[in-house]
Amino acid sequence: MKKVIEGSMAVAEAVKVCRPHVISAYPITPQTHIVENLSQFVADGDLKSQFVNVESEFGAASVILGASATGARAYSTTTSQGLLLMTEVLFNIAGLRFPVVITCTNRAVSAPINIWNDQQDVMTIRDSGWILLFAEDNQEAADMHLQAFKIGEHPEIMLPVMVNMDGFILTHAFEPIEFIDQKMADEFLPPYKPELYLTTKNPLTFGILAEPDWYMETRYRLQKAIEASSDMIEEVADQFKKTFGRYQGGLVEKYRLDGAETVIVSMGSVVGTIKEVADELRDKGKKVGVLKIRAFRPFPKEAIYDALKNVKNVIVMEKAISLGATGILYDEIKAALYGKPSQPKISGFIAGLGGRDIPKESIMKVIEKGEAGISDNVFVDLKENLIGGK
Amino acid sequence: MEIIPAVTYTYLRSKKKFPNVWCAGCGIGIALGAIIRAIDNLKLDRNDVAMVSGIGCSSRMPVYVDFNTLHTTHGRALAFATGVKLANPKLKVIVITGDGDGLAIGGNHFIHTCRRNIDITTILINNSTYGMTGGQYSPTTPFMKIGTTAPYGNRERDFDICNLAKSAGATFVARGTVYHVTLLEKIVQQAILKKGFSLVEVISHCHTFYGRLNKEGTAVKMMEWQKEHAIPIQAAAKLPPEKLKDKFLIGTLWDVDFPEYCEEYDKVIAQFQVPPEDSEGKK
Repeated sequence: MKKVIEGSMAVAEAVKVCRPHVISAYPITPQTHIVENLSQFVADGDLKSQFVNVESEFGAASVILGASATGARAYSTTTSQGLLLMTEVLFNIAGLRFPVVITCTNRAVSAPINIWNDQQDVMTIRDSGWILLFAEDNQEAADMHLQAFKIGEHPEIMLPVMVNMDGFILTHAFEPIEFIDQKMADEFLPPYKPELYLTTKNPLTFGILAEPDWYMETRYRLQKAIEASSDMIEEVADQFKKTFGRYQGGLVEKYRLDGAETVIVSMGSVVGTIKEVADELRDKGKKVGVLKIRAFRPFPKEAIYDALKNVKNVIVMEKAISLGATGILYDEIKAALYGKPSQPKISGFIAGLGGRDIPKESIMKVIEKGEAGISDNVFVDLKENLIGGK
Repeated sequence: MEIIPAVTYTYLRSKKKFPNVWCAGCGIGIALGAIIRAIDNLKLDRNDVAMVSGIGCSSRMPVYVDFNTLHTTHGRALAFATGVKLANPKLKVIVITGDGDGLAIGGNHFIHTCRRNIDITTILINNSTYGMTGGQYSPTTPFMKIGTTAPYGNRERDFDICNLAKSAGATFVARGTVYHVTLLEKIVQQAILKKGFSLVEVISHCHTFYGRLNKEGTAVKMMEWQKEHAIPIQAAAKLPPEKLKDKFLIGTLWDVDFPEYCEEYDKVIAQFQVPPEDSEGKK
């Protein structure tokens, strides 16, 4: 059954069929509608879950850590400043190998304060040990939550997963959404049964002090688990297709890459606009394709090389930057292609920071620039009068 | 009749930052007016005033006024303000916060700044909800009142802000409302003059979210509620307990003296710092 609903509602409906035992929440724009909907489900008895309204995002992340330690399926959602406030706990959740799921409704980071979309928030916590997935539209965002729990809870993975969806652009957009049937969801995502959890029957210790003689091995195993999740992400996407008939890609989605000379690489909702641009250029006979990154962690370097090896121009467009260095996705794509037999030209563009619109014309210009030569760290659509120019 | 433009206008960044974000009928503007008049009455140089805030409806206030202003992260205004005051004790530091910003995410900073008794004036505008994000229940949403995250009533108890501040060590605690605006101006003035940590709780209303969810009517209706439920502390002393049921006190509730933190800090430095003339070439 398809219904036109808000992105936040689509996510709330998807989280509902995942049957989380514990949900923690602290209000922050543009995430709040998700937890408001969930609190209504819980209050109405439609979702048997403990809904905890906490005093900060630090508390929100801590609550799901604690819940997951007892073997509960736990969920929270946040964005921007809230995500940064969670940072200490995010590292702990990953280190403790608790497969919780958080939705991050991506938003710019202060200062200056800005509540609109970019992806600086999630890119700042990229080294925390979480699996990071990015949705292009609301159907994908909703579906990703079922996949997220399934990937994270696999006994060989046991990792937290963050589903990223662009704030406002997706969260507040109304789109036709295919609802997920509870029975099918239960079939796809069975109850979470961890091997180890806190119980009075068999007391265990989690998170104790690791001395220099064995701390490093815990990090190595964490790294191996994230690497191993690559196959799991692909496998779960295939299983999802089998059960629900929808497939939005595994680690990456290749769009019109056949014979493509120029390929734009990006993540999140802007991919939709880029696809339209590619269609228009293809109609004019230009060989343009799109590579959508669905999983940023684990970073799918083989899949990326495989998709880009026969391409002339690679154009990376992203909504975040490692200040003082370059665009983060740009940097990592260059690294993925380093030393390989085929060496496409790679350009990097920073766009859409703090909610700056990315219209089709801007993408066209970016393509022209990327095809003309190598562009490095170019900020798209800067206003010259605001940066000391004329 | 001669029309004198209100003094408040001369303190506003009216050309740059308006229109403001507050809903028509919001009490925060009234509180802002009272704060500006208090500062004007005290004849403070506006360049000596630093207004610091975090995030939320009330925290938008510094954006609109022509003082030194610092708009920071959610809940941390008091921590930032502590840095401002310690680095430059000459500044009159005024923190504007709300119930969510000041008592939930910033609750830890709140109690410790009270305890430290640093000379900061904190105006906490209590509208019983997270207004900016759409009416979730906050630490001051009364028991069983509705929030968007408590659709069938909040099962948690609300903070008594003034008692909390007093217990935590604030040396000046007062409560006003946006209805009793003359009183508010007066207590803000006292709070600014107080040497030490002072807290003014301002009972306000969020008719847009809290009022609508709890069927408490228009802004005017909610201000009438403030009028009917606030009892001046002097009057309360003469009233029997049954007349005080469901009411709250307004006025100066607590005013004691205790050494102020910046001055104490300077004493430590004065006691142990080697005078400059001794430090040269005598080691």
